[in-house]
Amino acid sequence: MKRQLGRSLPLLLVLPGTLVVLAFLVLPVLGTFSGTIGPAGNRLALYETFFANSNNMRIVLRTIRIALIATVISLVFGFVAASVIVRTNGFLRQILLVASVFPLLTGAIVRSFAWMVILGRNGIINSTLMSLGVIDQPLTLLFTEGSLMIGLVYLFTPLAILSLMGVLESIDESVLDASASLGATPFGVFRQVTLPLAIPGLIVGGVLVFTGSLAAFATARLLGGESQKILPALLHEKAMVSFDWDAANTIAVVMVALTVVVIVAAQYTARRFNPVAG
Amino acid sequence: MQRKPHILVRLLAGFVFAFLLLPLVIILGASLTSGTFLTFPPQGLSLRWFSFVLQQENFISSFQTSLIVATFGTGFALLVGVPVAYALARFRNGLPGWYSSIFFLPVLVPEIVFGFSLLKGVIVEYDLPVITALLIGHTIIAIPYAVRIVGASLSTFDFAAEEAAISLGASPIKTFFTVVLPNIRSGIIAAFILAFITSLNDVSVSLFLTGPGISTLPIELFTYVEQHFDPSVAAVSVLLMFLTIAVIAIVERSLGLSKVMR
Repeated sequence: MKRQLGRSLPLLLVLPGTLVVLAFLVLPVLGTFSGTIGPAGNRLALYETFFANSNNMRIVLRTIRIALIATVISLVFGFVAASVIVRTNGFLRQILLVASVFPLLTGAIVRSFAWMVILGRNGIINSTLMSLGVIDQPLTLLFTEGSLMIGLVYLFTPLAILSLMGVLESIDESVLDASASLGATPFGVFRQVTLPLAIPGLIVGGVLVFTGSLAAFATARLLGGESQKILPALLHEKAMVSFDWDAANTIAVVMVALTVVVIVAAQYTARRFNPVAG
Repeated sequence: MQRKPHILVRLLAGFVFAFLLLPLVIILGASLTSGTFLTFPPQGLSLRWFSFVLQQENFISSFQTSLIVATFGTGFALLVGVPVAYALARFRNGLPGWYSSIFFLPVLVPEIVFGFSLLKGVIVEYDLPVITALLIGHTIIAIPYAVRIVGASLSTFDFAAEEAAISLGASPIKTFFTVVLPNIRSGIIAAFILAFITSLNDVSVSLFLTGPGISTLPIELFTYVEQHFDPSVAAVSVLLMFLTIAVIAIVERSLGLSKVMR
């Protein structure tokens, strides 16, 4: 009796959690997937319709392009900030850490709104430039690819910093000293020692930023607007405004597929660079 | 000797930190304006926008909804998540290795896809009320935090202590509450706080689940920003920031944040 309980105890403990995830996440998402299966004869009809629309196609490509660029910039920013944090001690380090993490704790709305205040028609940049007499007419800074990109980079740089701090911290300084004393230039040390060692962190951070960009609905709407629509905004529009659930299902599958491709690619890269970790 | 990063790297890092912090400073400044328009620097200092937002019925009631949903959603997630974390750490051989990945699915599925699927597959299907829908959605958002962070603090727990208590005659349930739970307390608190803040800020899932009359604060703010562009949103943002700071400060005081974030 007791042994039986012992064997089924792990299952009993994980059962409620598993059921909750299955019932409310896995099954509904599978339902969304199956909703994209077309009628017998042409199972892919919905996808054909979706991709045949040049506007949809443009949004898919824009989403990928913007997410990729935002990922690269966030990683560069994150790398720079993290490499300074790990070489700083004491109180200043605490300050820098709080500065990196705090934006993460405020919501996407607050952070996107801040950039609306900065980039808007009567925003800080425009009013400063106008009062300096540099321009007569306010520049269109908001609802451009640039403003959307800035918003995403702002949203995800903290994640990049956190992902990179771990790997940069674990790099043994004597290795850097050794390569420098053997004649490597600072850039040479960076390219041949630091960067390869930081690859796991870059991959984790990259996946977080890229997949995060795919889901950043609020930023997409507040900083990208109608003219720079990306997939999360398109999904919401199809689902809640035009009630075209076929199209919304299809977009959902495209978004999940993009996420999966990125994660698989990242795992493949991680294994290539570090066969042990794979 | 501490290696100093190259001067260019330090300059660039200074730029990144300014990039991260300046927008928040600007919101703070914009919220203090006495004018009617969003400007920075503010035209004269006043707290009028703070008193304005505190009188807005829709902000107050949506904030209450947000607090209820975040508290109970995170609570439910811990209720089902802590046993999972415990089982995964305690019975490594009793469960297949891939099992833990089930509880990271909410991170992998883009939130907006999850929100839409939940709406279509569960909420509309069974005609559930808005508040139930929000609670379900936010429980799912919080589960990865519960499983992962509590799991991390369990991974350093020595289960020999638990066996000792049982062999001395304590019941397994009493052992869990008197031996295991006190040891993972900081992990549970950290999980609660991070999940709570994530839930409080969520847009992408709530977007599909809010309904007439019941909304969460981020959704209310989002709708408001799309229609009006005045300092009230800056004031709400500042209040939210102070709330976050207060929560973190209380935890820091009572536990030490470094201990919790470990």
